[in-house]
Amino acid sequence: MWRRCLVSGTVLWLAAAAPASAFMAYVSNEKGNTVSVIDTDSWTVTKTIKVGQRPRGIEFSRDGKFVMVAVGDDDTIQVIDAKKQEVVDTLPSGPDPELFAQDAAGKVMYVANENDNTVTVIDLEKRARIGDVQVGVEPEGMTISPDGKILINTSETTNMAHFIDTSTRQIVANVLVDARPRFAEFKHDGSELWVSSEIGGTVSIIDPVKHVVTGKVTFSIPGLRSEAIQPVGIGMTKDDKTAFVALGPANRVAVVDAVSHKVTKYLLVGQRVWHMAFTPDEKYLLVTNGVSNDVSVIDVAAQKVTKTIQVGELPWGVTIAPQ
Amino acid sequence: MVRWLVAAIGLVAMAMPVRAAEPVEIGIGYLGRAGVQQKLSLVEQPAENDGVAGARLAIEDNNTTGKFLNQRFNLEEVRLKEGEDVAKAATALADRNGFIIADLPPDGLLQAADALRDRGTVLLNAGAIDDRLREQDCRANVIHVAPTRSMLADALAQYLVWKQWKRWFLVVGSHDKDKLYADALRRAATRFGAKIVQEKTFEDTGGARRTDSGVTLIQRQMPVFTQQIPAHDVLVAADESEVFASYLPYRTWDPRPVAGSAGLVPTSWDAAQDQWGAIQIQNRFVKLNSRRMTALDMQAWTATRMIGEAASRTNSGDAKKLFAFLKGPDFSVAAFKGTRLTLRNWNQQLRQPILLVDGRMVVSVSPQEGFLHQVSELDTLGVDRPETKCKLQ
Repeated sequence: MWRRCLVSGTVLWLAAAAPASAFMAYVSNEKGNTVSVIDTDSWTVTKTIKVGQRPRGIEFSRDGKFVMVAVGDDDTIQVIDAKKQEVVDTLPSGPDPELFAQDAAGKVMYVANENDNTVTVIDLEKRARIGDVQVGVEPEGMTISPDGKILINTSETTNMAHFIDTSTRQIVANVLVDARPRFAEFKHDGSELWVSSEIGGTVSIIDPVKHVVTGKVTFSIPGLRSEAIQPVGIGMTKDDKTAFVALGPANRVAVVDAVSHKVTKYLLVGQRVWHMAFTPDEKYLLVTNGVSNDVSVIDVAAQKVTKTIQVGELPWGVTIAPQ
Repeated sequence: MVRWLVAAIGLVAMAMPVRAAEPVEIGIGYLGRAGVQQKLSLVEQPAENDGVAGARLAIEDNNTTGKFLNQRFNLEEVRLKEGEDVAKAATALADRNGFIIADLPPDGLLQAADALRDRGTVLLNAGAIDDRLREQDCRANVIHVAPTRSMLADALAQYLVWKQWKRWFLVVGSHDKDKLYADALRRAATRFGAKIVQEKTFEDTGGARRTDSGVTLIQRQMPVFTQQIPAHDVLVAADESEVFASYLPYRTWDPRPVAGSAGLVPTSWDAAQDQWGAIQIQNRFVKLNSRRMTALDMQAWTATRMIGEAASRTNSGDAKKLFAFLKGPDFSVAAFKGTRLTLRNWNQQLRQPILLVDGRMVVSVSPQEGFLHQVSELDTLGVDRPETKCKLQ
């Protein structure tokens, strides 16, 4: 009796301690024209926010106060107030924005405009467009080097990663990768740039100093035709040791040893997996499943899918509030 | 004085920007067929620049990429006049271009291919769907970008079988190409387990496609033509000649859907296709050409992009090198169909998904789920390697 009491007491104490890890994840639903807000404590959708048409790229502002979501068919980026959980403003993004990147200070935003082969530069404080960079056909993936000096843009039909100097806004290098590059991600130490090629079926590892492809991550899943393996979103752990790659209609996330560039495991998730975001404590990785209308939760340490959460129609992007 | 002059020249030289090397020029010819096919539906009437408009867009796309690689692509357009010698026109184009995109009838394509055989010029067939060009009449200097009749028929058959519409009433036009399409449909029915319960020929007795009181007559003819047919799930029409198929939907004796040359149509592209980033090329195309993009436009775009892709991958403008890359194992091209497109190395036919469209929407995309293949599911469409009659020479 005494012992049972102690055990249940411990359980209660554990349960009470858990909410310390609660974060808010925002998921853009491409067809639903909504953003689902997920509480990572209860793992439930706590709010669905109506946004413009075809929401895809989604990211928290650096200060964590706002969520910016590219609504491509409305040719703008909407700003959601994270406290009010409603759209409060728009940004002059240029036509058909899809993905974007912010500088470390959260002052400048770079937007890929798929329809006119440009990257638009926006001053976030003034909410004004301050420049354009001409890039290849159908710009898509966007990221900034950890030192803030280089902006990377990938162009889907040109099949290149463009290296843009953020101070001069000039292209300094172009690196050819496999077909339809969709997403770019630096290692946190800046030593490698990873670019996923959706149609090529590979992830190119690029030396950001020499501007050459030094290696490729390749994927092979028994029983699955190679055309179905279409890498898109990439997530890199802070220690740069493990990467997660979403494989689209292969319905799997690949776990990659980021040092040897070899796949160590494939995690079965929902249908047509797109993008992903870590919780700030890096305990969990949330991935969006475009066709099955849900989000899979991956336990990062265990490398296991632990939960599935129903969201809106055709979820695409996901962002989680910084601490 | 001399010293001053030298100094001045030095200054001028310094002020001049460093001259970039001249770009590598890559010439592409476009050889279009004489005349425009008449369609039953006025809204489907092809534009004068059907096909070549797609090549023009791909040249722009290639040049956007080319400016990063110091390559420049040029398109030289030739459209044959009625009765003009194909071989002569092709040879003239080959003087300036290593690649020619061809929208020609099958015999014209073969004449052009044979005329260019010893020059190393590569033809990209964007317009002819005849299986024989990839089989008994295949040529080593021709790449086929257009799908074949058998690929189109198989794509349709897979969907109809998936839908459990397995009993077909086949109506065939009286022209040669209608009969060829019917052959492909019969083959597809056998392959995928459909049954043709009855076949009927629709004779082309001549007459105009546009008349002032057209509908009244058609409304009386079509139900009569389609009556007293054994139980069937779908009417499949083979009418490439555009004589009758578009008259069938809503007018059949039994209320049955129509597929083939009208109703649910298999095609390489449609203006309604918006999946897999396609909205971007649709927008670019409309902006450049002020009209919507057809299947022929897409086939010409893909052909031109294939050359651009080979040029950027090999960093070369040499037609021989580019052709070797296109035929090699590393070639693939993205064309907004959700998968990479590659060449069948036994006959140089581009593997591709086929859209099934109803004129307003994309209804489905074949290959259908569950039709498996040991190499590529795209090879469930069309004549496969073990059946091929092609010996590339």
